[in-house]
Amino acid sequence: MSLSTAELGHFALILALAVALVQAVVPMIGAARGQRGMMELATNAALVQFALVGIAFLALMRAYVTSDFSVLNVAENSHTAKPLIYKITGMWGNHEGSMLLWVAILTLYGAAVAAFGRTLPLRLKARVLAVQAMVGAGFLAFILFTSNPFLRLAEPPADGNGLNPILQDPGLAFHPPMLYLGYVGFSMAFSFAVAALIEGRVDAAWARWVRPWTLAAWCALTLGICLGSWWAYYELGWGGWWAWDPVENASFMPWLSGTALLHSAIVVEKRDTLKRWTIFLALLTFALSLLGTFLVRSGVLTSVHAFATDPRRGAFILGLLALVIGGSLVLYAWRAPALEPTGSFAPISREGALVLNNLLLASACATVLLGTLTPLMLDALGGPKISVGAPYYNATFVPLAAPMLAALGIGPLLTWKRADLAPALRKLGIAFAATLAVAAATGFAVEGRSFLAPLGLGLAVWILGGTLTELVTRVRPGEGALRRLRLLPRAQWGMTLAHAGLAVTIAGITVSTGWKQEAIEAVKPGEAVMLAGDSYRLDSVAPEAGPNYSADRGTVTVTRDGGTIAVMHPAQKFYPLQVMSVADVAIATTGFADRYVVLGERQENGDRILRIYWNPLVPWVWFGAVMMALGGIVSLSDRRLRIGVPQRQAQPAGASRAAA
Amino acid sequence: MTRKRKRLLILLAGMASLGVATALVLTAFKDNLVFFYSPSDLATKPPAPGRALRIGGLVEEHSVVRSDRGLRIEFKVTDGAHDVPVVYTGELPTLFREGQGVVAEGKVDGAGVFQAATILAKHDERYMPKEVVDALKESGQWRGDKPAAAAAGAPGTMR
Repeated sequence: MSLSTAELGHFALILALAVALVQAVVPMIGAARGQRGMMELATNAALVQFALVGIAFLALMRAYVTSDFSVLNVAENSHTAKPLIYKITGMWGNHEGSMLLWVAILTLYGAAVAAFGRTLPLRLKARVLAVQAMVGAGFLAFILFTSNPFLRLAEPPADGNGLNPILQDPGLAFHPPMLYLGYVGFSMAFSFAVAALIEGRVDAAWARWVRPWTLAAWCALTLGICLGSWWAYYELGWGGWWAWDPVENASFMPWLSGTALLHSAIVVEKRDTLKRWTIFLALLTFALSLLGTFLVRSGVLTSVHAFATDPRRGAFILGLLALVIGGSLVLYAWRAPALEPTGSFAPISREGALVLNNLLLASACATVLLGTLTPLMLDALGGPKISVGAPYYNATFVPLAAPMLAALGIGPLLTWKRADLAPALRKLGIAFAATLAVAAATGFAVEGRSFLAPLGLGLAVWILGGTLTELVTRVRPGEGALRRLRLLPRAQWGMTLAHAGLAVTIAGITVSTGWKQEAIEAVKPGEAVMLAGDSYRLDSVAPEAGPNYSADRGTVTVTRDGGTIAVMHPAQKFYPLQVMSVADVAIATTGFADRYVVLGERQENGDRILRIYWNPLVPWVWFGAVMMALGGIVSLSDRRLRIGVPQRQAQPAGASRAAA
Repeated sequence: MTRKRKRLLILLAGMASLGVATALVLTAFKDNLVFFYSPSDLATKPPAPGRALRIGGLVEEHSVVRSDRGLRIEFKVTDGAHDVPVVYTGELPTLFREGQGVVAEGKVDGAGVFQAATILAKHDERYMPKEVVDALKESGQWRGDKPAAAAAGAPGTMR
């Protein structure tokens, strides 16, 4: 029985590749020739492709759950003693499995367009699905030729190698799927962009079809990055949550350019302009997602994410990357000039503000890209070995983000097409006063030692003030205000929530970076460490047995002015299979600050090293990110964006379009 | 304003934005790149004093001295040809051992001692930092005794 499961999965993948190839070619020809049958093939092909990849996915999952060590991938990454949840999630805790998840999500998006895009014009739908299938075919081939998860072992071992203990955490269940839903979701924007280039036509209806997919992907990516940083925070025991590590940047770059895309697509939808730029951003965002996949999966970076280094894989993904980016850019250069803008706008206008947002986001993204790639490039060219860390990003990213955030406070108050700056600024009087007050107070609090703290908190207040001012302007306090509040479109609420979330995140980033405190001391049970006015007493350390680890778990009592605040249980876990120790961090949070305790290994003299961090406002970093994602979801539920709602208006004569 | 002028304005704004970004990147590169030095590099071409850098090599056998209840650690990093004294205060990664590869970030002080701010964590027995492998190869000390160094699914340095 189990013999056939892996082969079934392998076979399903091969079939999926065949279907993808057909789906990539036939509907495209059909769309060019106007043949209805060939175009309609795309819908069923996309559904079948998804079903086949789904079968392969379930087959691998079955092999993991049943601990079938005759499958190489399972033997290398699983173990019978591992808890069931980590048997399942461990499936994508390795290179082959995670690529299968990647493709599964890609085909899921394709199937979603096929199933829900009933009102899409047939020709556009056929082309979108064909492009989606091209990407799918590339990655299916990648899996089958370089990263087959279904390879068999002639002599199965008695037990597997187990999963990296760091990955044995519930975070693995959510972080990768969420991140991939985001990364891969931008393939939809890409497919729509390429289809529009081929068609030579971008209009408001197109933007309305693209926006929900982009928004959904953006929400998932926001949550994925948020989960990743939170996981790194509580799992790795270094007290921080972001290190400008290349793998973090790999996910942050598509987020920046995806955020720009989200905003420029609004301009296309509302004002029928900025079309070429929006198309370019759609191509760029997916290219950056692929670059992220390349960086993380090819092994050019050594990190917990680089599961295996096989030069063939790096070369294959690099080839795919070159093909996708090169091909789409050539198509862009050839076809984009045909996309004439129709709307026009003055520099001081909502559109103008969104262009500024886009320019600064793109520039900030470019500095992150340079900081991430330069060390790799220099190394590849045989140059000096270098690393780029936080100081670089503070010197480049922050100066570009600051004006963008400053403009964010005003932008939403400007009218479309042509706006007057003066009345908008007058409305912002209170927000501006609050900003100055907070910035000044912060400046005094840090005694002028840092300009980042007043800047960051000032910007947070400014954004929040601007967002609330805009909401108040819309609702106009007075008679009927409640009714107007109720009638506000969901998209409006989404924006308010997302922008307020950004303010919360910035406050969290600023305060947690500027005011964090840490202490490292060697203590014996009974001794205490003082930090930020609290006393952390190590009461005892007791052994504990886990399913596949043994641990020393400490009891740390936190007191302040004689009263007990928290009892925490940090541990040091030892995984004998991997000969590896992992700290199990204890965190006590109040919502405004985290107390974070790491228990070190036993010293020769019986001492324990306690590492303690006091991280004020750090939870706000993630609260804000969740608010942003929620804002996106609320906006997604707006009637206007519901899939299937948009309809193209009557076609101008001669426009290429399928007879619907 | 005509459409042409508006387009020009957007173009200029774009160029200005990219120009500022480029200037920022160039100055940041000048000041904030962290170069990697092997002990031999440090001996032959010493870096500017006070500059942040990374060093890597093997922890020399019998060189580790602990004080301050184990919180202050002195040891030597060697590539076989030269060695550098290193001082670090804090908790060491669990897999820090004599004879094993290590990468540290910090500054060289006036006395030629490397004041490490971070010892990069190593999370796996099989893993040898790539920089260290290259540095050992350069000084002719690489024995290739861990051929599967970074391969075989070994998770490497985390940060």
